[in-house]
Amino acid sequence: MSTLSRPLRSRLSVRPNLLVGGLFLGMVLVAALVGLVWTPYDPLAIHLRARLAPPSGDFWLGTDEFGRDVLSRLLVGAGSSVWISVTTVLCAVGAGTLIGLTAGFFRGWLDRIAMTCNDALLAFPGILLALGLLAVLGPGRDGIILALGLAYTPLVVRVVRSTVLSLREREFVEASAVIGNGAAYTVFRHVLPNCLAPLTIMATAMFGWVLLSESALSFLGLGVPPPAPTWGNMLAASRPHLLTAPWLGILPGLCISFALLGINLLGDVLRDRLDPRMQGL
Amino acid sequence: MSRAPLLSVEGVSLALPSGLGLVEDASFRLEAGEVAGIVGESGSGKTLLARGILGLLPPPVRATTGRILFDGADLLALPARSLRRYRGRRIGMVFQEPMTSLNPAISIGEQMAEGLRLHERLSGGEIRRRMVAMLERIRIPDPEACLSAYPHEFSGGMRQRIMLASVMLLRPALLIADEPTTALDCLVQREVLDLMLELTRSEGTAVLMISHDLAMVASRASRVVVMQQGRVVEQDSSERILLRPSHPYTRSLLAALPRRQPARPETEGRPTLLDIRDLSVVFPGRRGLLRRRAPKWAVDGVSLSIREGEILALVGGSGSGKTTLGRAVVRLVRPSGGQLLFRGADVFADGIDARRHALACQIVFQDPFASLDPRMRVDAVVAEPLRHEAGLDRAARRRRVAETLDEVGLGRDFLDRYPHQLSGGQRQRVAIARAIVRRPALLVADEPVSALDMTVQRQILGLLRSLQDRLGFACLFISHDLAAVEQVADRVAVMQDGRIVETAPRDALFDAPRHPYTRALLSAMPALEPQPDGGFRLRRRIAPEPERLRSHG
Repeated sequence: MSTLSRPLRSRLSVRPNLLVGGLFLGMVLVAALVGLVWTPYDPLAIHLRARLAPPSGDFWLGTDEFGRDVLSRLLVGAGSSVWISVTTVLCAVGAGTLIGLTAGFFRGWLDRIAMTCNDALLAFPGILLALGLLAVLGPGRDGIILALGLAYTPLVVRVVRSTVLSLREREFVEASAVIGNGAAYTVFRHVLPNCLAPLTIMATAMFGWVLLSESALSFLGLGVPPPAPTWGNMLAASRPHLLTAPWLGILPGLCISFALLGINLLGDVLRDRLDPRMQGL
Repeated sequence: MSRAPLLSVEGVSLALPSGLGLVEDASFRLEAGEVAGIVGESGSGKTLLARGILGLLPPPVRATTGRILFDGADLLALPARSLRRYRGRRIGMVFQEPMTSLNPAISIGEQMAEGLRLHERLSGGEIRRRMVAMLERIRIPDPEACLSAYPHEFSGGMRQRIMLASVMLLRPALLIADEPTTALDCLVQREVLDLMLELTRSEGTAVLMISHDLAMVASRASRVVVMQQGRVVEQDSSERILLRPSHPYTRSLLAALPRRQPARPETEGRPTLLDIRDLSVVFPGRRGLLRRRAPKWAVDGVSLSIREGEILALVGGSGSGKTTLGRAVVRLVRPSGGQLLFRGADVFADGIDARRHALACQIVFQDPFASLDPRMRVDAVVAEPLRHEAGLDRAARRRRVAETLDEVGLGRDFLDRYPHQLSGGQRQRVAIARAIVRRPALLVADEPVSALDMTVQRQILGLLRSLQDRLGFACLFISHDLAAVEQVADRVAVMQDGRIVETAPRDALFDAPRHPYTRALLSAMPALEPQPDGGFRLRRRIAPEPERLRSHG
């Protein structure tokens, strides 16, 4: 039966996922790279005579309430938004996987301590936790990465640990012990690769949460400090002008949506590609 | 043709929407009160056909042609609403897996009452009275308490009985039993089967048994339908199928029935490889709400020795501790007491001897679907144990892997396959290759064939025995299947409730069992006597002695 569904799946869903996801994500990355080397205007430059100007020949995507060029800000913002979300997700996934693997595989007191701390962290809403940390660290890009990374790590720990708990009872993990393999080898060779599917799903979903959390933090005044643009703080700043200058909110919103869509579509493809059972397309 | 049969399946084909046929042109009939069986291996379409009778086909599968006449009505043509009147009330079904076919969140009483409430108008008291009466008939101790208990409080055999009771409560005209006892060990299997047939006979219910086990079906059913790859290849009375099978596939099924191989020369004088001395494994009781439950002695003071190069079979029902003992031998379980001496050195004392033992002692697990890492290719799986083999370079390693795959009967083209691309038998061959690639001195085979089809079982058993002949490793062969044991073992140890009750050379044990538990086990296997012309005839081996069995408890 699986021989039948496979070509079907490849033709109908995997290819478009790869194509559309790649396109969206590619656009975001290109924007981020372009923003590093070239922008139409200085993203911080104020054009007093063109405040809240709609898209035109001079300002392709319009200007904001201080008369700053939106396109330039979006390009530069792409860089910091991508950087913040990628590093945050990598930190959270890295730390969470390590803790989850050790706790789940070795159990015992290690597991109990790790999971008690983890549950304590989970008990706070992520954004509240980040808020508290940022209040101590002060706003800034590295502060946001650290705070959001710490806020999202417990989720990863939970997911990885529960996967490991079921894997460690499987016979191929026991077989590895009988062969004479050490615990560390078994964990990295047999357990970790079989955690990849839930991890990729988790990581791709997390990109979205981090982008949105960053804008929420900006909204609360604890994001990347004001003159520097990020998609999140642009979205936050657009709120008072939503009726008079809708492009201010719509454009960064669209950027965030496209980035999320792209990452999620690619995440699905990645998950299938990483799983040998899904291969043979 | 005096009257129409109860069930008449006429030219039924089942197919996927793509046109791929799963069952093609199947026909058979079943008289009221008759016991018949459908036999076939996995993928033969026997379960699909049975589910088709109840309209329980998995969604994409549809019936394309044919009729299923039950009591004169064509079940395939009936709308779903009217079909529901047949399910449960006229046609009952018992599934294979007793562990999952009862809802763990609902009490037994609730689940049993469901069908009665749905199909009959009875008062609560009457429902309860009928349930208690039925539970008494299936010999559940304390039926009142059973009604308010939950499924997890019962063993697999008990659950299957309860399942049977709740189906028979509605007095259906037909009972479909899909591998009803495959998940149970042989003693319980016989009990449940006997009970099923006793109940159905007294109610006049016809039974359609579906199984991969030809011997089991032929010994209980009056008629056998043999299916292969979606087609009915032969159907006849059980005696004739056994004695004079006409289709080559039926003949190959019969040939796959394990037969006793000639005994090999005595292993008496050989040195002892593994000496198990007074070994105990205790699992701490689960912590309940208020107090800890009593600890469970899975292995209780077992002494046993395995000589170099012999196959020692460890036989027992489920829960007898045989698997735990096997796992202790490969150090997956730490014993609570006693010693395990491998060539005279204690296995559980840390140090070089233990390491040597670990490397010289390998295991083949029961379930080939769980014992291979789904993300590793066959070559990597088989090569992995060689990491710990000193003095092998890459080329030598690759050569050894290819050789070993040849030895287990898999060609070079299997090297870069993933486990999901292999059949159950092929996976088990890979698992065996992984176990023998380092040339172990002892192989623990934990129910290595019980998850496989009959013809594949025969191949794997043959493979184990020939590998053992050639490579000379000793083997601890753990099984509940006496037929398989009879085929491969040199000596047999029988285990009950964590203790060894009898140890004897194979022929002595099978021909003159001493312990009542051994006798009970032997009498539970449907024995087929080979006839000179190649067929088989049913034979009762040794009459069970219920009184003596009970007194030994």
